[in-house]
Amino acid sequence: MTTTEKPQEFNVVGTRPIRHDGVDKVLGRALYGADIRLASMIYGAVLRSPHAHAKITRIDTSKAEAMPGVFAVMSGKDMPLVASGALDLGETVDDTAFTSDRIMAHSKVVYKGHPVAAVAAIDSNTGLEALKLIEVEYEVLKPVITLEDAMAPGAIVIHEGLIGSDLGEQVKNTNIAVHNRLEFGDPEAAFDQSKTVIERTFIISRAHQGYIEPHASTAFWAPDGKITVWTTTQAPFGVRKTISALLNQPLSNIKVTPTEIGGGFGGKIPVYLEPLAAVLSKKAGRPVKIQMDRRAVFEASGPGPGGTVKVKMGVDDKGKITAATADIRYGAGAYPGASIGAAASGIFACYEVPNVRVDSYDIVINMSKTAAYRAPGTPQATFASETLVGELCEIIGMDPMEFHLLNASKEGTRRPDGPLFPRVGNEGCLLAIKGSDHFKSTLEPSAEGKLRGRGMASGYWNGIGNKSSVTINVNEDGLVSLIEGNPDIGGTRTTIAMQAAEILGLPAEDVHPAVGDTDSIGYSDLTAGSRTTYATGTAAIEAARMVIDEMKKRVAMIWETEYENIEHIDGMFISKVAPDQKFTFKEAAGKLGQTGGPVALTGTVNVRGSGGGSFGTHLVDVEVDPDTGKVEILRYTAAQDAGKAVHPSYVEGQFQGGAVQGIGWALNEEYYTSEDGVMINSTFLDYRMPTSLDVPMIDTIIVEVPNVNHPFGVRGIGETSIVPPAPAVANALADAIGARLYQTPMNPGRILEALAAKQSGK
Amino acid sequence: MTQIPEQQFVHKVPVQCTLNGQSTEFLAAPYLSLLEILRETLGLTGTKEGCNDGNCGACTVNVDGRIVDSCLMLGVEAQGKNIETIEGVAPAGGLHPLQQAFLEEAALQCGICTPGFLVSAKALLEAEPNADEHRIRLWLAGNLCRCTGYDKIIRAVEKAREEMK
Amino acid sequence: MHPYQYIPATNITEAVSALARYGNRARILAGGTDLLVQLRGERYELDAVVDAKAIPELVELTLDGGLTIGAAVPCYQVYENLAIAAAFPGIIDAASLIGGIQIQSRASLGGNLCNSTPSADGICPLIVHSGVVTITGVDGTRTMPVEEFSTGPGRNALGNGEMLISINLPKPAAHFGAAYQRFIPRNEMDIAVVGVASAITLDATGQKVESARIALASVGPTPIFAKQASEFLAGQTATEETFAKAGAIASTEATPISDMRGTIKQRHHLVEVLTRRTLVQAVRRARGNA
Repeated sequence: MTTTEKPQEFNVVGTRPIRHDGVDKVLGRALYGADIRLASMIYGAVLRSPHAHAKITRIDTSKAEAMPGVFAVMSGKDMPLVASGALDLGETVDDTAFTSDRIMAHSKVVYKGHPVAAVAAIDSNTGLEALKLIEVEYEVLKPVITLEDAMAPGAIVIHEGLIGSDLGEQVKNTNIAVHNRLEFGDPEAAFDQSKTVIERTFIISRAHQGYIEPHASTAFWAPDGKITVWTTTQAPFGVRKTISALLNQPLSNIKVTPTEIGGGFGGKIPVYLEPLAAVLSKKAGRPVKIQMDRRAVFEASGPGPGGTVKVKMGVDDKGKITAATADIRYGAGAYPGASIGAAASGIFACYEVPNVRVDSYDIVINMSKTAAYRAPGTPQATFASETLVGELCEIIGMDPMEFHLLNASKEGTRRPDGPLFPRVGNEGCLLAIKGSDHFKSTLEPSAEGKLRGRGMASGYWNGIGNKSSVTINVNEDGLVSLIEGNPDIGGTRTTIAMQAAEILGLPAEDVHPAVGDTDSIGYSDLTAGSRTTYATGTAAIEAARMVIDEMKKRVAMIWETEYENIEHIDGMFISKVAPDQKFTFKEAAGKLGQTGGPVALTGTVNVRGSGGGSFGTHLVDVEVDPDTGKVEILRYTAAQDAGKAVHPSYVEGQFQGGAVQGIGWALNEEYYTSEDGVMINSTFLDYRMPTSLDVPMIDTIIVEVPNVNHPFGVRGIGETSIVPPAPAVANALADAIGARLYQTPMNPGRILEALAAKQSGK
Repeated sequence: MTQIPEQQFVHKVPVQCTLNGQSTEFLAAPYLSLLEILRETLGLTGTKEGCNDGNCGACTVNVDGRIVDSCLMLGVEAQGKNIETIEGVAPAGGLHPLQQAFLEEAALQCGICTPGFLVSAKALLEAEPNADEHRIRLWLAGNLCRCTGYDKIIRAVEKAREEMK
Repeated sequence: MHPYQYIPATNITEAVSALARYGNRARILAGGTDLLVQLRGERYELDAVVDAKAIPELVELTLDGGLTIGAAVPCYQVYENLAIAAAFPGIIDAASLIGGIQIQSRASLGGNLCNSTPSADGICPLIVHSGVVTITGVDGTRTMPVEEFSTGPGRNALGNGEMLISINLPKPAAHFGAAYQRFIPRNEMDIAVVGVASAITLDATGQKVESARIALASVGPTPIFAKQASEFLAGQTATEETFAKAGAIASTEATPISDMRGTIKQRHHLVEVLTRRTLVQAVRRARGNA
């Protein structure tokens, strides 16, 4: 572990307790989205469009309605399109009309898998059989699948109502929802004066988060108008807001209970099934559960966008960056909202660049709307910038590590979108890798004639702060229960509880955390943006401080002294005036009944920003079979700045998991799509995510450069780890085979082609 | 409640098996998978559906000492079989060494794949108490995990292997 | 999914009469690892599945010089049998890489054959081991070489009311070796981009090829017996150079398409590579089998 300054002293933070929800999860008792079983519950099924682009000319559901075992049937008319408006989901803002149309088609289908009708039936197979009885007639339209087609003059326009924004100007009849530009300095002039300038275009595949749990939602719409929803989501309050807006129901009539969540990575922020389950439930008078199958997850939920990124970079004779420009174009899917903002701010964030221009385009195409995918938009952009840097270093004959260190962004560096970095860990990560055994080791040649190479890349993710609530209840036995509002995807119950425990002076095990429903905890923004341990942790600290403060008052009452005379040190309440008077937390808690009753306090925060974000640097060794193009990952080391690692095991786990997702994206993952906009590889067999046999152990180095924005210095760390892998692998492959690939996935076929092109002297 | 006319059904079949050590009887529509029977008919929701086509291993159960994807076996095929699900892995009042190791090594993040991994790994260590890292990775290749990058899962299995010796 | 009946058959007559009764609305259930996925995906509808795992002939696994593999014998029983592994290495290569461990607990080589995909890992090794299938229907029993069984993607020689009973492999000659390799981008849980099985019989010196059989997966509408490459090898000296030539010939016998798993060019290339590699491996095994 690299520590760059004398750390704060902690008792709980930095230790590795067993997670509080762990026993339930290893016993199979934890209840995920599909595990909800309610009395008289029935099962929903969704009819999805076979076409990527078509007008709906007729829907007849009468035969399905008449089928025995069917309780309710719905289509677009049962969920009328709502007016356009802002739907603020905490990290992103969607449009209400587009969201309404995305969830259930009205006049037109705009992606394969677009829901056109739904049924609720006695069991799931009866529901599927009923779908076959629904008659839908389509007028098939030519789908717009490629970015070139979508942007071409005279392109088929997917949404007639879409008003595009081109550098702030309104544009009609377009598929380009947004064109933004970030700019400072004079990049053209700087390029002219550079020693070396290179420009390359990269193509990045659309890739799915690949969470193992399919979407699943259950809803009950009671006769009194109260709607209760159980769903696997990263954003229970976002679900509440979306249902309220789409079904035009009072916000407070809706209670959303987040179930355990089987992975999300951003993909479980959007709402898909919840309003359908609610509408069917209202019609049927019973709770309705709907699950997606894996094909629907691939076809109709939101993966990360693919696209093209053109990058140009200039350096002077010392290798110092003079200017950089980028043109980022992402396919948003059928509605606007590819993560171009983060892509633009992140693409050059690892560097000090005096002259910058970044153009970014959010482009509508006839595929399912993309969603956030771990550091949304940034792995794609960084694949381009960091692979380009790798090639630039080759051209100018400079060691990539020295190039990174020479040009690294640091405190005071201006990010392309404007902000100046506070203290950040970019250089710390580079130095951690430089000092690693892996970096110092020699990559031995293969004994079997295979080609080996080493590559590195850095990456950045800013993350968000935002709103969180945490309630702490002090129990009479001296333990506390803690309620928070963030679904726990990877151990955040524990990292939040540990921060409260640190303040309370209790062991982590004495704080019992739970994720509350939207009625039982104050508003909390989504589990996303690397914010949960950081921002909700801040709320937990706040709540714990309030509890200690209140407990001091109670203790003062018992000891018949003033509040000011009570100290809380190392978990003990001590009287300054009578030093022999001491209470443990437990003793004090046991006396609350005599001093005014329960202590149950809520900390709420609205944390501004992330405090600078988290940088990471990855180093990878690969081996290529020159006969087949097959790639093995031989060795992998990931270093990243955690600010302060609350639970180091789960920090390491985030580094490792992100690295392997990134390796998958680099080597094999893509939407293989027909000209008609149909994803052909919509199974885990053909959407090739890494198995345990495809990766080695992932070594980790936790760098700790404290975050000035958090009481303990904690940074959000969940997302950065997916940013460096693809370019690190690309640079290692180039080192191995002596040729460069500019497109993900860098699969065996493409590697063979690159080898053949090199041999033919191209 | 709407009653479904008899002719709509393919008749359900009575099935008798041993489930987590207990003799168990149930009625199964013949076209339902063992996964659906476990989850919907028997309420054992610890066995998860990830893909429903045998490519993720989240629904892994042990049938007569062999691990299978319960989505690729019919419930009626359970007749006469000895079946163990995640709910049967822990001894009464305790945890199996693998479960303990998964907790200590932080081998789960979201936890949805965990039941499948535990059932698979238990079968491995029972069959091959000395399985090395490569063998563990090969054996578990039918179980997908998207959160951990597998590192901590492999370490947990190695730790349990030592514990079980 | 259309609801279907489950018919557990305890003998061949029961199974065949059930198949005859339902026509093409019934199929045999062995491991179910393809059948249940295809039914769920509504590739076709059935009114019944006939479980064949209680029929003695279909779960028979007998090594008596030759090898009889009942059509429903799961892969693991084949590869966990050390005597079979020693005598029929090409079969073991395939049985141990179909799916993952869970799949191998249920999937059978017979099922792999009846599913009749061009990419089937199990078929090519059976071809190069000179396998013969036994088929029974209402009109009696017939046999045919494995290479004649598949007739197109998902199609095979089974007529209405017929079922595959077993696969019979002759006793390998002295100095015989075989191997199967496939190319996949991942290391497990994948469909062959190309698969090649090679079998070779050397003369007593271990230097000269007496006969060879090569079969190719995933490069045509059915698994392909590469006749020309096989015949070319007879009488040749067993060198890498010879094997490379055999690979080039085999490549001309492949008729691949481009799809999500690979391109035509890539597949032709991989046929050459894998033919060479499997021949090298087969020869190594043959020399160890003196």
